Amino acid sequence: MAHDTTLSDAHAEHEHHELPTVFGFWVYLMTDCIIFGSLFAVFAVLRNQYAGGPTGKELFEISGLALETALLLISSITYGFGMIAAHKGQIKSVQMWLAVTFLLGLGFVFLEVREFAHMIADGAGPDRSAFLSAFFTLVSTHGLHVSCGLIWLVVMIIQLSGVSAINERMMNKLTMLSLFWHFLDIVWICVFTYVYLASMI
Amino acid sequence: MLGRLSFADIPLDVPILVGTFLGVAIAGIAVLGLITYFGKWGYLWKEWLTSVDHKRLAVMYVVVALLALVRGFADAIMMRTQLALAYAGNPGYLPPHHYDQIFSAHGTIMIFFMAMAFMTALFNFVVPLQIGARDVAFPFLNNLSFWMTAVAFALINVSLFIGEFSQCGWLAYPPLSENQFSPGVGVDYYIWAVQISGVGTLLTGVNFFVTIVKMRAPGMTWMKIPVFTWTAFCASVLIMIAFPVLTVAIALLGLDRYFGMHFFTNDGGGNQMLYLSLIWTWGHPEVYILVIPAFGVFSEVVPAFSQKPIFGYATMVYATCAIMVLSFVVWVHHFFTMGAGADVNAFFGIATMIISIPTGVKLFNWLFTMYKGRVEFHATMYWAVGFMITFTIGGMTGVMMAIPAADFVLHNSLFLIAHFHNVIIGGVYFGYICGMNFWFPKVFGFKLNETWGKRAFWCWFVGFYFAFVPLYVLGFEGMTRRLNHYSNPAWHPWLLIAEIGAVMILFGIVCQVTQLYVSIRDMNLAENRDVTGDPWNGRSLEWSTSSPPPPYNFAIVPHVHEFDAFMHDKENGIDTRQAGGPYQPIHMPKNTAAGFLVGAFSFVLGFAAIWYIWWLAAIGLVGVFATVIARSANQDVDYYIPAEEVARIENEHSRKLMAQAAE
Repeated sequence: MAHDTTLSDAHAEHEHHELPTVFGFWVYLMTDCIIFGSLFAVFAVLRNQYAGGPTGKELFEISGLALETALLLISSITYGFGMIAAHKGQIKSVQMWLAVTFLLGLGFVFLEVREFAHMIADGAGPDRSAFLSAFFTLVSTHGLHVSCGLIWLVVMIIQLSGVSAINERMMNKLTMLSLFWHFLDIVWICVFTYVYLASMI
Repeated sequence: MLGRLSFADIPLDVPILVGTFLGVAIAGIAVLGLITYFGKWGYLWKEWLTSVDHKRLAVMYVVVALLALVRGFADAIMMRTQLALAYAGNPGYLPPHHYDQIFSAHGTIMIFFMAMAFMTALFNFVVPLQIGARDVAFPFLNNLSFWMTAVAFALINVSLFIGEFSQCGWLAYPPLSENQFSPGVGVDYYIWAVQISGVGTLLTGVNFFVTIVKMRAPGMTWMKIPVFTWTAFCASVLIMIAFPVLTVAIALLGLDRYFGMHFFTNDGGGNQMLYLSLIWTWGHPEVYILVIPAFGVFSEVVPAFSQKPIFGYATMVYATCAIMVLSFVVWVHHFFTMGAGADVNAFFGIATMIISIPTGVKLFNWLFTMYKGRVEFHATMYWAVGFMITFTIGGMTGVMMAIPAADFVLHNSLFLIAHFHNVIIGGVYFGYICGMNFWFPKVFGFKLNETWGKRAFWCWFVGFYFAFVPLYVLGFEGMTRRLNHYSNPAWHPWLLIAEIGAVMILFGIVCQVTQLYVSIRDMNLAENRDVTGDPWNGRSLEWSTSSPPPPYNFAIVPHVHEFDAFMHDKENGIDTRQAGGPYQPIHMPKNTAAGFLVGAFSFVLGFAAIWYIWWLAAIGLVGVFATVIARSANQDVDYYIPAEEVARIENEHSRKLMAQAAE
């Protein structure tokens, strides 16, 4: 593609060195990071606006959160194993690790949805107070990202079943999903500490 | 089934809208009929709508921008006419709810769809050519960005004929924009149009950032990058940092409206100042996103028409970067009067004034470039000089308003309106039209008519002063913005003068349309054709290839030795083109319908969500995801132009060059 133009050697123009794809995706992730940053700022402004409703201390339970966090962090490790397998070209192994990652991610989303359902059933939904609006929006934005990651994982598992070797384009896609998945882990650590732990102290 | 949409939402009782609809419908049918008559649908689809070529996307962006200009200007002249009439006992011809939609649409359209689209057009056309690249880093995303912008513009125009538009101003401040006070669909049209186009703009920012970082021709180190590309780079950085904040602000407003949340509501602990801080954290960088590339245009035009290298290249780059950084620490000056306190206001006031220093550096650089240069007063140069005068005045009134104490008098008055039109018309608009005149021969291979260009300039330039100087006076006389009607006899004469100015600007637009018509009519005249590809004795790489450039831009990727790479090569007798080869096959991206489909499904999603037609919204959302996944699975995304074909195209260009030299 057009990226060949950076090469000084006209002879090398047929080859694919240093696709800007992964760099571009990393840059895109930084813009996503600003979205999360803005939502954290919004949460910081509104975190004490309970409007007579429940506070974080009354709502959050540490046990479910610990499990959620564990699932997501372990899923980053399993994705890492998937990438190691990808570098070795072991397609079946990659698919297996991606499937494990998918299940862990699914467990995370399931626990989060269950927590939200409980809160809404208890009358502590996002329309109760500005604090809860900010809480639901920040946490579910992360959850939506994880859900998109789950769809992406499925797409990758299916696309991998049709190939005999992992070509550069496929490797780029796996690398980008890897960046995305680890990025969501980092965001979750911020959510866990700043939203949950800081509210419970 | 149709949510809250019913026949009553079609405004058949408003004659202006019925007339507009008939006009648009007749013009639309005429255009579609002509395309069918000439059998051009296949050509249009294959060569343009699905194109990933940055040069074609640039042309399509300009088409969107000019349509937006016409729409936005129609709104403007309607407002001016209302205020020329609506004095004392006369209510004018626009009732408040209609008038409020017009000023909201005017601002939204002019910023998001006229200025942003035109800026993206210039990025698209100029940046890859200036850095010696064959396309942008992500050609498919480029096409997708275009369609997101185009469908968002379509969506905002649909609001004319189905339902209504927002009545809350171009930034939809809460709590007015909340359900409690704006229960209709107007604000929802605003939200979805801005969000969809915002996705396109964000991807554009990422795309050009990566393009400029990764795809420069060999030898083009950072301090050899042409100034326009530098400005595109800084604007891309601003887009990447500022637009996510806009997305968050508008999304939270949407959550308030759709799910009854309490971010910015009066009750439930909402905080409207939070919205103001978020929207202006985007909004202030946004005006620099628009004007920095205009500075870039002048930095190309002034050296070309003064036949001198730009004065103070390095200071130009540093000034651009300084403005880029400073633009993030001034947002509070948009609401000095809203209770931040003296210390905070003082900080933001001083930060704002500091921006005038790097801007002044640029202005002196342009002046010193002209000094002792062989200045040719081409129509392009008229816009540049007109800009220098007008923008300086606008900048100074800006510094006035940066003084918090003065702002307490001027806030929300017509003085503010005059100020920002002074910098946006005098800076952004003059800049982009200047750029259009400058690069037009490169895009199409023939020049724009100069006589009509100068007529357009004079109408705009004089019309601008007639239209906006009275607004400065009115601001001092206490007239606030967004008034539908007034009874102060002292204001009336000034508003009549402003109306005259608006009519002059109308003549300016007519001259510009005529300029396009006359230029296309006379495109084959020898004096208008650009055979060499270098009609202005240009300095940067875009002038080294033919006009219009071949699909691959450069048959052989140029090597850059010096700043002003092409001028350096010309002066040292180096053949930048390396005519004659040997040529290699060139790897190119294939056209794709995926961008168009994602755009179309986004339109469906937006329209359905505005009217609460949830089943249709689901179709739109699934459609977007399905298209992206299908695109990801598509292996057939590129092709090679064979070396023989490259040689054929290049030899054809060489033959034309020699034929012209022989004449």
